[in-house]
Amino acid sequence: MTPLAAYLLVAALLFAIGLAGALVRRNAILVLIGIELMLNAANLNFIAFWRYSPHPEALTGMMFAIFSIAVAAAEAAVGLALVIAIHRQLHTTDLDQMNRMKG
Amino acid sequence: MNFVFWILAMLTLGSGLAAVALKNTVHCALALTGAFAGLAFLFLSLGAQFAGFAEILVYIGAVAILVVFAILLTRGSETPIGSVFSRHWFWGLVAAAAVFAVFGGAVLASVRVLPNVQAAPVAPVQAIGFALVGRYVLPLEILAVLLTAATIGAVIIALHELPQESLPQKEEQ
Repeated sequence: MTPLAAYLLVAALLFAIGLAGALVRRNAILVLIGIELMLNAANLNFIAFWRYSPHPEALTGMMFAIFSIAVAAAEAAVGLALVIAIHRQLHTTDLDQMNRMKG
Repeated sequence: MNFVFWILAMLTLGSGLAAVALKNTVHCALALTGAFAGLAFLFLSLGAQFAGFAEILVYIGAVAILVVFAILLTRGSETPIGSVFSRHWFWGLVAAAAVFAVFGGAVLASVRVLPNVQAAPVAPVQAIGFALVGRYVLPLEILAVLLTAATIGAVIIALHELPQESLPQKEEQ
């Protein structure tokens, strides 16, 4: 197995773990944690492709990973604020109990 | 592949699995920190110093703390009665396994050529800074606007709504 394939397999497994967490957990915060793991798996792919690319001095994959980290930070802030706002309305973070659109 | 890579991969994947599988939410947040640390070390092992340290600063320093704050503010640290998994957990696992099968199959079936195996590329912070304010200046500006909007939006969403009596009654004045 080439080094690039090993990194890509680790990233794929981490993505699958994050996806499983986002799909099977009932707590909304744990779903957000799963989404963060998926975003990080994508970042690992970007960095691995940058490392083994023929022109790493162009910094393309590195820049994409840095911008992705910043967007993920914004996403985490808004997502957790939404969880707190929903908890204030419904007094639960259980996704199975969040079954109405109106507060 | 060297020994360090496998240790880091095990640390990252084990912590990631613990972060989504543990019962207590605070333990999940702690395991999430471990997964982020493992990823940061994987970035460092790939020669991406700036991305590795940015990962530590942003994820361990900010996102993990934010998750802990959210858990404590929503009383999520209490272990819930009954299952922590959804009713349809089996289909979730099936979907995740199918996605991993597709990704793993694609990686293993790809052409095994490596254009650049020997020397690890160097990405000095100076070069990254020049690229950020040179070629990537427009995405940088858009990202600054996005971060500002997201921060203000998060504050407004999570803001306590005041009771109606305490608001000034402009119509009566």
